[in-house]
Amino acid sequence: MNNAILMASGADIDIMVHGLISYNVFGQTCWITTTHVCLLILMIVLIGFFILANRKIKKASEVPDGFQNVIELIVEMLDNMVKGVMGANSVKFANYISTVFIFILMSNISGVLGLRPPTADYGVTFALGVMTFCLIQFNKFKYQHISGVLKGLCDPWPIWAPINIISDIAVPISLSLRLFANILSGTIIMALVYGLLGWIATFWPSVLHVYFDLFSGAIQTYVFCMLTMTYINQAIDSE
Amino acid sequence: MNISGNDLILACSAIGAGLAVIAGIGPGVGQGIAAGYAANAVGRNPGAKSDITSTMLLGQAVAETTGLYGLLVAILLLFVKPLTW
Repeated sequence: MNNAILMASGADIDIMVHGLISYNVFGQTCWITTTHVCLLILMIVLIGFFILANRKIKKASEVPDGFQNVIELIVEMLDNMVKGVMGANSVKFANYISTVFIFILMSNISGVLGLRPPTADYGVTFALGVMTFCLIQFNKFKYQHISGVLKGLCDPWPIWAPINIISDIAVPISLSLRLFANILSGTIIMALVYGLLGWIATFWPSVLHVYFDLFSGAIQTYVFCMLTMTYINQAIDSE
Repeated sequence: MNISGNDLILACSAIGAGLAVIAGIGPGVGQGIAAGYAANAVGRNPGAKSDITSTMLLGQAVAETTGLYGLLVAILLLFVKPLTW
């Protein structure tokens, strides 16, 4: 069961999420799975990095050196990305989008480090999708008020309202499914290569790792954040 | 040879999974068209290369969604086995 955390360790093909500890909530059996463990490891690493970065930036020097350079580079890049899409609204959302970006990026590329990527579990990506959905709806009600929302709902004619509601609900589902399926397909292909080819797969799968974990993971992170920003922007200043 | 109902359903699920990933044809064509037009646009206006690339990647990722739905159906049929009992 401990081996289940390390995807690439065994000879068998293992792509599933495994339950580790079960507990009961209102008569329902719930599981602490390998995804939780991977998320916990990721959280510890990220929080450690953030605390270090915070300490470094508090006594920042005029001429940046080493670690401070890296932090400034990351923050500047994320700020520019948010500003490029959201313009004047970027101040409020830069923090959230940057956090989500770093989290998704780290969990996507954790396949290289031997973990099963937490984003290859639909529970994780669906939570991210629901967060985006809540942000969209909240900002819609905040900036367009109830009259504007109702008007947007009955867009050409009131008869289209059910279809507009369905298209609203489809946003988080398609967002989360896109991220989930991309990372899961990469995980499955890597598991097949390692499992089916055995000792033949010694060095060359690193090329596949570069594509399926690094490239695909980075692209999907970018796409998720871009779409989130575009939808929020649409909710804020439509008309 | 004895084939029980469950075995037949598993075999048919495998065939269905193979059929479901044919959905990959559509996104392949769509992404190719997007990349072709992006190359065209870079050729006309090399200065806007970064903008064109990010727009192309976004469009391709959205076009990819239908193919991924096909993949999900295949994965569900193979690993979750919803039709067997």
